[in-house]
Amino acid sequence: MNEFLQQLINGLSLGAIYALIALGYTMVYGVLRFINFAHGDVFMVGAFSAMYAARWMAPHTAAWPQWLSALCVLGAAMLLCALLGILVERLAYKPLRERPRLTVLITAIGVSQLLEYTAQLVFGAAPRGFPSLITTRSIAGLGGLHLSNIQALVLLVSALLLAGLHFIVMRTRMGLAMRAMSLNPTAAMLMGVNNSVVISFTFGLGSALAAAAAVFYASLYQAIDPFMGVMPGMKAFVAAVLGGIGSLPGAMAGGLILGVLETLVVGYSGLLGISPGYRDAVAFVLLILILLFKPSGLFGKLQREKV
Amino acid sequence: MRPRIILLLVIAAFASVSFCFTGHPEAAWPLAQLDDYLLNILLMAGINVILAVSLNMVNGYTGQFSLGHAGFMAVGAYGSAAITQIQGKVLLETFGFLGAAAPVFLFSLAVLAGGILAALAGLAVGLPSLRLKGDYLAIVTLGFGEIIRVMLQNTESLGGARGLTGIPPRTTLGWTWAIAALSVYCVGSLVRSTYGRGFLAVRDDEIAAEAMGIHTTAYKVTAFVVGSFFAGLAGALYAHMICYISPEGFSFMKSVDVVVMVILGGMGSTAGVTLAAIGLTFLNEVLRQMQEYRMVAFSLLLIVLMITRPQGLIGDLARFLPGRRRLKP
Amino acid sequence: MKRLRILALMLPLLALSACKKAPSDSADASASGDIPIGEFASLTGATASFGQSSHKGTQMAVDEINAGGGVLGRKLRLVTEDDQSKPGEAAIVVRKLISRDKIVALLGEVASSRSLEAAPICQQAGIPMISPASTNPKVTEAGDMIFRVCFIDPFQGTVLSKFALSKGWKRVAVLTDVKQDYSVGLSQFFKAHIAANGGQVVSEQSYSSGDKDFKAQLTAIKGTDPEAILASGYYTEAGLIASQARELELNVPLLGGDGWDAPALVEVGGKAIEGSFFSNHFSDEDAAPSIQAFLKKFEAKYGQKPDAMAALGYDSAMILADAIKRAGATDGLKLKEAIAATKNFPAVTGNITLNAQRNADKPAVMLVVKEGKFRYVETVSP
Repeated sequence: MNEFLQQLINGLSLGAIYALIALGYTMVYGVLRFINFAHGDVFMVGAFSAMYAARWMAPHTAAWPQWLSALCVLGAAMLLCALLGILVERLAYKPLRERPRLTVLITAIGVSQLLEYTAQLVFGAAPRGFPSLITTRSIAGLGGLHLSNIQALVLLVSALLLAGLHFIVMRTRMGLAMRAMSLNPTAAMLMGVNNSVVISFTFGLGSALAAAAAVFYASLYQAIDPFMGVMPGMKAFVAAVLGGIGSLPGAMAGGLILGVLETLVVGYSGLLGISPGYRDAVAFVLLILILLFKPSGLFGKLQREKV
Repeated sequence: MRPRIILLLVIAAFASVSFCFTGHPEAAWPLAQLDDYLLNILLMAGINVILAVSLNMVNGYTGQFSLGHAGFMAVGAYGSAAITQIQGKVLLETFGFLGAAAPVFLFSLAVLAGGILAALAGLAVGLPSLRLKGDYLAIVTLGFGEIIRVMLQNTESLGGARGLTGIPPRTTLGWTWAIAALSVYCVGSLVRSTYGRGFLAVRDDEIAAEAMGIHTTAYKVTAFVVGSFFAGLAGALYAHMICYISPEGFSFMKSVDVVVMVILGGMGSTAGVTLAAIGLTFLNEVLRQMQEYRMVAFSLLLIVLMITRPQGLIGDLARFLPGRRRLKP
Repeated sequence: MKRLRILALMLPLLALSACKKAPSDSADASASGDIPIGEFASLTGATASFGQSSHKGTQMAVDEINAGGGVLGRKLRLVTEDDQSKPGEAAIVVRKLISRDKIVALLGEVASSRSLEAAPICQQAGIPMISPASTNPKVTEAGDMIFRVCFIDPFQGTVLSKFALSKGWKRVAVLTDVKQDYSVGLSQFFKAHIAANGGQVVSEQSYSSGDKDFKAQLTAIKGTDPEAILASGYYTEAGLIASQARELELNVPLLGGDGWDAPALVEVGGKAIEGSFFSNHFSDEDAAPSIQAFLKKFEAKYGQKPDAMAALGYDSAMILADAIKRAGATDGLKLKEAIAATKNFPAVTGNITLNAQRNADKPAVMLVVKEGKFRYVETVSP
């Protein structure tokens, strides 16, 4: 029982990371109806920029409390990635706005590869250690359960971000414009919404979220490399689809479910009679099942195809 | 003459000329010695042509975006290797009465089996997933490709992560380019047949096609199975050329490589895709000195191409060949 | 009619493909001028750090030999090709080295999967190949042209098992990287030996390289209460496994193979990896003059400490040069005989004797991570 609870905690903390990345996916999809394949790679850039920011700031912030310098690093990474996201959108996706979705998807694959290989060129292929921004401590739980302070922080932050995003989308003028655009871009434009600004804002926000996820991910797992975004990116995509792509609470729920499921499959592979090597297959099997049986996801609305 | 015939003639000429210079271990024509390196590139080019042309059947002509081509290639590679390597000794004895022709016979059997297994895998993947559209389909096929790879990795009898060694070197230029020609011919004929117009209809407007009484799912699945069959053949040839296969060689990256060939050549243009596959294989060697920049350049090219020339670099040029019947809307 | 035309085109091709080839004689390199030596390594891509290390070692050896006047009065010329850590590429670059650069012998690769691609090609072309660090037994089984200067998985697995038993650890958990043939092999032979010698594998778990979260596996392992854990994968994951194990208060020592030998192990593992053991090809604390001289030269040349891959790369080139000297010629067959006859060669990674299976017979050393450094513990003989 204890072991099961521990696995559940492990799964939730992994799932919270997926959820953080999935929030960004779902934001972009909700507004633009297109899968930003490069989201996972923006995530990678976030991790590297945080590493360099931390190194650059280290001499200046030595006297500061740890949480403040960590916050500065987080802010720097989010800002850089937001700029990168807006830049990518302007250069690569904007010229394609009226084109078929496949064209955009292929471009997104191109952007993803470009980021990966440029990073490999600049940062090298070997994994790098990530500076510890916050000293890891074990928060002693009940009955020998273990949860580190960073794990707890990740869970907390993803919940906070969800609430913050919900506020932006539901309560601000920009959020209203985003929702209007997602329902009907042409009508929104006629009503005075500046679509380009909304799209840039969405991309910036989504990329900043990716950077935030990256900082927590790297703090948890200490090693970063140019291809680190590929798998988490795909897992987060699955999480977003699972929750109903375009739905913020759905992305959160999807991430947590996927994290827990993956952890349980690995932890109880013996009982299930399969190799733990099937871990990466879990997400894809789940994706296929959900798309076949409930394509709208857990929280999503079904979209009818119109002629 | 129709461009397809010209293309076939080019490939056949390519094949037979290079064949006279062949120097591969098992079968060769000792007229002149082609050096091993060039031979290898020619083999690789042929395999890439098969891969690109078969993916074009799905992505280009039917408009269904698949990102799992490497998975079917893996099925073909492992399926054929199971016959020539794992069961090779037993089967060679069984066919011993064929004498010297036994290994070649076994190889042809293995290639065919690789293709059929991949086609079956294509059927199994295609039936459920082709109900999905666009980007969802892309991700699901990517997922299936990865699942195939993970399964191979965890199957000890196929070598698991350590891969399968000792596959006999049977792939020759003749085989490779004959199958390449076959794939060009089959895909071309299929798309141009009365039946095959349905593929284009599905691509151009699925709803309209359905309204006209076209069984869109059947068309999509057919395209997928045909594409997978040829990917399987390519995988079999690859396995018997490199003589060692491991699941790592059939990852998502390999699928993307093939997608790049198709897009560069122009989706829905067999001639363009064939030339792109050959061109990229040679370009890869020319650019070998600047490997690190190569992938950066390719991805940049992909983006710029999508923005400025989504029809591909070569695709439209093929229109200027005499007498070509346009297949594009 | 169309179809007939196509068939007519294809038939001769198929018929031709069945023809047999006349034996070819590979042209020997000219007897004067430089001696071209090929090297293929993963200078870019996923395992670039290993490839770059071994390349540095190889390059240094060649420079050293040339500075000493070369062999047979001729200089060695190292031709290096990058295989980008990519399957399929190795086969192509090796063919290029053989047919274009007319190399007399080939050095490489670190990763077994790529050596396995190259081995049949070298065997068939009659070019001797020496792998610095491919530990999969299958590599040298490709034929009598293929050698290596490192020990093999079964030996390393046995060494680790012997070491664990000597420490009195009888209940051991095994955590394997199923994506790496190296890790799978190591775990396999470790399990076989320890089970046959009174130990017990209490839990078997696995992951794929690139994974970052091992808590699920470690929680399951913790439930079986082991005395040690074999983490047979590479250093990045080993570091993460160590720190996550400590977070779960799973405070038993970790064991690993030579794939741990990289500064990043400590960078990632930090304090958590302290007190863990791994087997390696050599220890830089060894006082042997050959090792100390190598360390000094390497640091002077590259400004960094050499790792095991660099030492093995160095040794592979040195053994080849020695064989060329003894053979007095550069043709494949004579060279092969000379390499096979290597006996008690004083290499950096121990005295190397090549056995009948063309593998190096030499002891392994056990190292412990202490204060961020790799300290020598003991030498385990085969």
